Amino acid sequence: MDSGGITVAALMQQVLVGLSRTTILFIVSSGLSLVLGVLRIPNVAHGSLYMIGAFVTYSVASFFGQTTAGFIIALAVAPLVVAAVSLVLERGLLCHLYDREHLMLLLFTFAFTLVFGDLVKMIWGSDYRSLSAPAIVQGSFDLGGFPFPRYSLFLLVMGPLVALGLWLLTNKTKIGKIARAAAVDREMVDAIGIDVSKVFAAVFVIGCYLAGLGGALVAPTQNITQGMDHTIIIEAFLIVIIGGLGNIWGALLGAAIFGLTDAIGILIWPQFAIVFPYTAVVIVLLIRPRGLLKAIW
Amino acid sequence: MKAQSAGIRKTGAAAGALTGFLLLALVLPRFYLYLLSLILATGLLATSLNLVLGFGGMYQFHHSVFYGVGAYCLALILTRSGLPAWIGYLAAPLAASVLGLVMGLLTVRLSKLYFGMLQISLGSLVWAIVYRWYSFTGGDDGIHGIPVPELIGTSTGAYVFAVLVTAASLAVMYCIVSSPFGMTFAGIRDNPERCRAVGIDVTAHQLAGQVLAAFFAGVAGTLFVTVEGSVFPDMMFWTLSLEILIMCLLGGWFTFFGPMLGAAIIVMLRTVVGIYTEYWTLVLGLVLILLIFFLPEGVLGILQKGRQAGGKDAAGN
Repeated sequence: MDSGGITVAALMQQVLVGLSRTTILFIVSSGLSLVLGVLRIPNVAHGSLYMIGAFVTYSVASFFGQTTAGFIIALAVAPLVVAAVSLVLERGLLCHLYDREHLMLLLFTFAFTLVFGDLVKMIWGSDYRSLSAPAIVQGSFDLGGFPFPRYSLFLLVMGPLVALGLWLLTNKTKIGKIARAAAVDREMVDAIGIDVSKVFAAVFVIGCYLAGLGGALVAPTQNITQGMDHTIIIEAFLIVIIGGLGNIWGALLGAAIFGLTDAIGILIWPQFAIVFPYTAVVIVLLIRPRGLLKAIW
Repeated sequence: MKAQSAGIRKTGAAAGALTGFLLLALVLPRFYLYLLSLILATGLLATSLNLVLGFGGMYQFHHSVFYGVGAYCLALILTRSGLPAWIGYLAAPLAASVLGLVMGLLTVRLSKLYFGMLQISLGSLVWAIVYRWYSFTGGDDGIHGIPVPELIGTSTGAYVFAVLVTAASLAVMYCIVSSPFGMTFAGIRDNPERCRAVGIDVTAHQLAGQVLAAFFAGVAGTLFVTVEGSVFPDMMFWTLSLEILIMCLLGGWFTFFGPMLGAAIIVMLRTVVGIYTEYWTLVLGLVLILLIFFLPEGVLGILQKGRQAGGKDAAGN
């Protein structure tokens, strides 16, 4: 890069790239935050579900010849597949372990990270896959001399939609209200005759659905590989922690911090871009150890 | 009197075990010596984790970063400096404990899960730097063909070195857990509020625990370099940290030798399973699921419990 080569346009472009990355990070970490806040399960397998979402999206979209319609179908189907997997996981195994301590639950879900990792390798092989964005959002438009991918714009629209949907779900629906009550005092909710176990299952499935949705949305933007589960889960956990455990808006704020520092880091010092978001997280945690917004617990 | 004889018996058993392990160097073929050395290095790492996890009750989520820093410190001194090798072997655990001190200063004031998460973020920061700094650390390739001193460069030499270092480290760690410091540390695990109320400096104890655990993780890192002759950034990736957590869980994290046993089981299982299938992590995942459902106290934990129950029955009769 030339000296002083960071132009305003390049900066603007990176900010937009960072914001579209924020969208993915927000969708994934809001699901994680929901599960952590209500069920108090640090679900390490969340990243694996994201990866499965991406691979299923690839397969479904490829089945329809990577057409726009195929991608839309994939976008609808893949998160549902992930949700179905998570339902089996929750009802079959996790629901028996709610009284264990966090460390056990963390290791238990890590076990599924290991299992899912190898299952993905068995089904899709070790090679990376790539999926092109559907024609409708392909290519880019001009942004002050820099190309801005249309797909990123699509993501920028999706993010607020998901946030709004999640807000409506937790604040305006009965299940959302019960879930929030159960997050604060599970025994009380149980005592007034509500089957908390079912509510927990629903929340878990919704959280995992978001992981799948994140995976589906990220599929056309990067190589779909083994190992994408390990990267996203650490990022998502850090976002949830700096935002405030269980706080959806905190997840949005955390995702923005992570996405933007990453994007701007690429501009400033490409080789160590990866260091920027982690440093940002450390600084936030040193100033506010319990996260920026109010944590549920 | 009784305690004294038990102490003598323990020392005798330890000396016997040490002699036995050293004699194995004469009879075992190279591959088994290599495997045993790897078990010792991994077991030492798991035991050092358990120092803060099992005995201190701290959510040490990213312990492998100290292991990695120790290993990289030795590897860099051996490959990039003209310094004598022994300086590297001394500097590595010290570098790990300095990192333990710095990370500890930032993290110990936080409560359990937050402590663990800040540790993961700091550890990931270290990992990211090592992973990206190609010109210094070799980036994601790591460093290979590290010139280990000739005496301990052969498989037998490395094995004897691993046995001696592990034995010395275990002895020191055993003394630490049975010392007044270790007792206080365990007291903090069981009831931090009460310990604080009777005037124990909880933060200082936890910080000391961090430094000690990091030191021995660094020692384990030097063993790995000696045995493998290479380092790579995966050594400080968070997945390895969780794998050694599994070893502690498997062996039993309220016991001293549990993590060593857990490490032995996992390393051997990986070697055996690796012969038949490439899907080792699937097997590990299934083992972990069964473990959490049926054996949450670990192998040694269950054995100890059984023995205590048996002892009580005998006393009752």
